[in-house]
Amino acid sequence: MAKEITGTTWTVYDANTMTQAEIYGSVLCELGDKYQNIVGLSADLAKSTKIGLFGDKFPERFFNVGIAEQNMFGIAAGLAKSGLLPFVSTMAAFTAMRGLEQVRTDICYQNLNVKMIATHGGVSFGAAGTTHHCTEDIAIMRALANMTVIVPADGIETAAAVRACIAHKGPVYIRIGRGFEPTFYKDENYGFEIGKAVTIQDGTDITLICCGITVLQAAEAAKILKESDGLSVRVINMHTLKPLDEEIILKALNETRRIITFEDHNIHGGLGSAVADVIAKSGKGCAFEKVGIPDCFCVVGYPEDLYCHYKLDSDSIVEKVREVMGKDFEEDESWEDEV
Amino acid sequence: MPVTELEIKNLTETARRIRHDIIDTTVWAGGAHIGGGLSIVEIMTILYFKYLNIDPAKPDWDDRDRVVLSKGHGGAGYAPVLANRGYFDRGELKEFNHFMSNFGMHLDSLKVKGVDVSTGSLGHGLSMAVGLALGARLQKKNWKTYCILGDGECNEGSVWEAAMSAAHFKVTNLITFVDRNRLMIDGTTAQIMSVEPFADKWRSFGFIVKEIDGHSYKELSEAIDSALEEKKSPVMIIAHTVKGKGVDFMENQVKWHYGSIDSELAEKAHASVDRS
Repeated sequence: MAKEITGTTWTVYDANTMTQAEIYGSVLCELGDKYQNIVGLSADLAKSTKIGLFGDKFPERFFNVGIAEQNMFGIAAGLAKSGLLPFVSTMAAFTAMRGLEQVRTDICYQNLNVKMIATHGGVSFGAAGTTHHCTEDIAIMRALANMTVIVPADGIETAAAVRACIAHKGPVYIRIGRGFEPTFYKDENYGFEIGKAVTIQDGTDITLICCGITVLQAAEAAKILKESDGLSVRVINMHTLKPLDEEIILKALNETRRIITFEDHNIHGGLGSAVADVIAKSGKGCAFEKVGIPDCFCVVGYPEDLYCHYKLDSDSIVEKVREVMGKDFEEDESWEDEV
Repeated sequence: MPVTELEIKNLTETARRIRHDIIDTTVWAGGAHIGGGLSIVEIMTILYFKYLNIDPAKPDWDDRDRVVLSKGHGGAGYAPVLANRGYFDRGELKEFNHFMSNFGMHLDSLKVKGVDVSTGSLGHGLSMAVGLALGARLQKKNWKTYCILGDGECNEGSVWEAAMSAAHFKVTNLITFVDRNRLMIDGTTAQIMSVEPFADKWRSFGFIVKEIDGHSYKELSEAIDSALEEKKSPVMIIAHTVKGKGVDFMENQVKWHYGSIDSELAEKAHASVDRS
């Protein structure tokens, strides 16, 4: 059972046994008491996304629009225009794709204060198949002007992100998972700040930049690599994909010269691409790899099996680090190292 | 309040000025969605010059009535209405469509005073209007939301998602119009994608439907007055209009959905408006 959760006025969730979504639902209920302008919306997924907890507590402030995502995001835009603070929850696929034009044109274009908590991100709804996966949303959402994109590492960080997004004016996309993703953080007292990545373990040989479920896996891999290989592995939780913490990437680039990114997302356009942009712009050489869903539609299976299949689990991360550490890239004749 | 004879006389003169400004804006802009701009002039004029509770000096006033021009390509018709109502100087319309102008074909609510909601992509406005109306109701505000759809726009599935929700949530502080001018870009609504039986569609989605002549202030006024009294169901006012209304050579012509006019054609257009 969960220990006491500090950093909140009272314990509103049991992080060890609740899903990311359940924690989100509980925190939103807590915030609903404090902020009377919060309204909730879902599209027949109030139960699955757990925004239904808010709906049960504040029925007059909750709108279930039925299976009609375009309408939901349009209504959210209108509610925001009227001065309210809408939290909208459906699956990531239906937020980033089915409702995309409304998200982009109604919400982002008008820079409206709408918070989108998208569940079932990446391949977290494994067995449901590609229709219910979303390995494109980070790329899509990053390309929307005015949008802030957050991929919390676990339920506790989801709670921190949901609290933080209230004070953050403008549209926010928070992408969470579906299942009982294990918890990385013990409490919210680590100083979550939108746009400020967290170095969860310092190191000098190589840097692993992660978001979402890969944070815990990389942290475990770093432990194994230290014990068995004597490697000093830096692990960064890049919970905010936009705005990106470029400073922490440049620091890692200068100090470790080897970077690998890990994400539950297509390798195109997500965390890896965002980090690659920063590295390329710096003009500095760096051994770099991005690991994610290799530009394919995911096979069917339980999420934990899928994470292993796509090499996002701690054992695969260990192997990938050994591979990159073994690369003798500095002996390359065409390599002109200025640093 | 029913429209009086004096009001009709004044509204008619105001609409005439607005039509002249639409023609000028089309010239200044190098081209505009003039046909569908001209068809909504009476609807917009009676709203902005009789019904709306607004203050052009305070465009962000919390308690103002809201307007969502869901057929956002009506921008070149809408901006002259706002200019004539005093939101900005009509001279600003000379910049329409120009580099760095605040005015593009589809008006941006963050740039144009008086525009409550940015529109342009069809099928978005009614959802946002439902959201505004629900927001007003939840916050116990008395302001109303008015939404103007195009008939071709009603091909969009999202319009019917919004319609379903307006009825489901019993949104009665929203008054919706369709500018039923029967023309789209590629042809007539009957040719391209038939929307009939149009009134029945809205009725079956839970709306109280009023079909009127969208150029008659008397009929517009009666429809709006009764819609304002309605407390049970959302109201749809199907306003039968003429695309290009007031400019004889543009009326009911598919090709004048969007067009450019030179000074010679503009003179003819102005003369036609003066005769109308």
